[in-house]
Amino acid sequence: MLGSADLSASVGLLLLLVIVVAALLATVIAPYPPNELDILHALQSPSWAHLMGTDDVGRDVFSRVLYGVRLDLVVVLLVTYLPLPIGVLLGAIAGYFKGATDSVISRTVDVVIAFPFLVLVIAVVAITGPGLRGAIVGILVGGWAMYARLARGDMLVLREQQFILAARALGYSHMRIIVRHALPNLLRSSIVFSAADIVINLLLLAGLSFLGLGVQPPTAELGAIVASGQAYLLSAWWIATLPGLVLVVIGVAVSMVGDAVGDRWGMGNG
Amino acid sequence: MAWYLLRRVIAAVPVVIGLSIAAFLIIHLVPGDPVQQMLGARATPETVATVTHELGLDRPLPEQYLEFVSGVVVGDLGDSITLNQPVTTLLRQRAIATFWLLLYGVCVALVVGVPLAVWSAVRRDRWADQVIRLFSTTAFGMPTFWLGLVLALVFGLELGWLPVGGYTDAFPDLLVSLTLPAITLGLSLTAIIIRTLRSSLLESLSSDYVEAARARGLTERRVVLRYGLRNSLGAMITIIAVNIGYLIGGAVVIETVFRIPGLGSLLVEASLRRDYTLVTALTLVAGVAVVVISLVTDLVYAYLDPRVRLS
Repeated sequence: MLGSADLSASVGLLLLLVIVVAALLATVIAPYPPNELDILHALQSPSWAHLMGTDDVGRDVFSRVLYGVRLDLVVVLLVTYLPLPIGVLLGAIAGYFKGATDSVISRTVDVVIAFPFLVLVIAVVAITGPGLRGAIVGILVGGWAMYARLARGDMLVLREQQFILAARALGYSHMRIIVRHALPNLLRSSIVFSAADIVINLLLLAGLSFLGLGVQPPTAELGAIVASGQAYLLSAWWIATLPGLVLVVIGVAVSMVGDAVGDRWGMGNG
Repeated sequence: MAWYLLRRVIAAVPVVIGLSIAAFLIIHLVPGDPVQQMLGARATPETVATVTHELGLDRPLPEQYLEFVSGVVVGDLGDSITLNQPVTTLLRQRAIATFWLLLYGVCVALVVGVPLAVWSAVRRDRWADQVIRLFSTTAFGMPTFWLGLVLALVFGLELGWLPVGGYTDAFPDLLVSLTLPAITLGLSLTAIIIRTLRSSLLESLSSDYVEAARARGLTERRVVLRYGLRNSLGAMITIIAVNIGYLIGGAVVIETVFRIPGLGSLLVEASLRRDYTLVTALTLVAGVAVVVISLVTDLVYAYLDPRVRLS
């Protein structure tokens, strides 16, 4: 029988599949080029010709959303899964050796986590200048810390277990024990957490672009599109609201799939 | 309790020192030249060199750091490059609005989140639970800037019930002007409260002492509220402490959406103008605020729950 958890996982997976395929095929599906101006058809409400209407310079919002989703997904996957192995490895080292190594790594993690993430990223962008590069650097600077904290906690438990003690008794090198024996066991909680991290990073990147500090116009990015519609909220509500709704759907779909993976691995909260 | 307090304060010291180093290092380690950014691409190398020298950015890092820290200790965070005012004056002016926004937002989150979490836990796996969990998942994935705009559109522009921007710093107008921003901010925390409190409640509701309370014939309502929820209070305090950084990030965006003159909108303005002294100071203040708030919540938790301070 299909339980409600399976149903929610299937719905999430289906939504995610549709979004990813649509984003990958943006060049094929999009009815118009994302930056094609058409002043004569500016601020048109949603119709069959323009599914999400047009913006103040007549660009097709739906086409821009497709390209925006593609950009957002690629960048978010990059800034989520690039720091993951680095964080896990550092956390594993801290938990394995304990002592001074642990203190240095753990205090650094404490400091990085103490900064509100968005504030840290904005501080980085203030130096690099607004743009995608600054946003990516900023998210990478802070992104590894949570994974390190998770992996360290798991490693403290793991290092006392039989198979690790056995590996040490056999005289394997520390690096071999950490990488070959411990790491595969440490990845689970990080992978479960990474679903929430994807949502957090997506909202961070879109938020940064909304503030004018991330992806710069005219490049299509969901947060930037919402920002461009802010001035037309009353006269053309669709420019700001519909792209934001797409962000919500992506977030919900990723969370549903992440929860399902967590439940399956016995880390859920249901 | 005094011993616990002392231990926690001492543990926070290295983190605060680390924060000051990190906030200081950001402008030196991140690729990009702050002076070049500030002056624009057309500035000649000579001008850049002169300004760098005037700001003391060409001196050895340890020397610059010591000067920065000795200023911070006596409450001098330097002058804003673009606003020509002491940073501390700006912070004082802008901190009040942010403080009220955060407080109001947390209240909204508790008022909405706690009853929903209780309801969800009590009706586990029934339809009410499913709906509340879907609501929580949706709220978690909702961009604050978008939610703020939608609320402003519906309740401000269309219905005309609440102001869509600005800020009045006297009661009761303060409450009115911050209502939509606080709901926007609170909703992201509501999602987290529902998730965490629900699982904490489910755990306490299946524990032996709750079974014992039920066996004594207490009403289910009393069991849930007096025995279940009370024991999950610690979890709730921790949720707020752990997510305070997340909330501050939300405030940055929301202050910009609703044009509230707080520290968050100041940070965005400073970053867009490349005012790096102001950015450094605000980053440090945000980090220290998180550490202090976590410390205070830890102490409240320890005061409420003797198991924590005695372990």
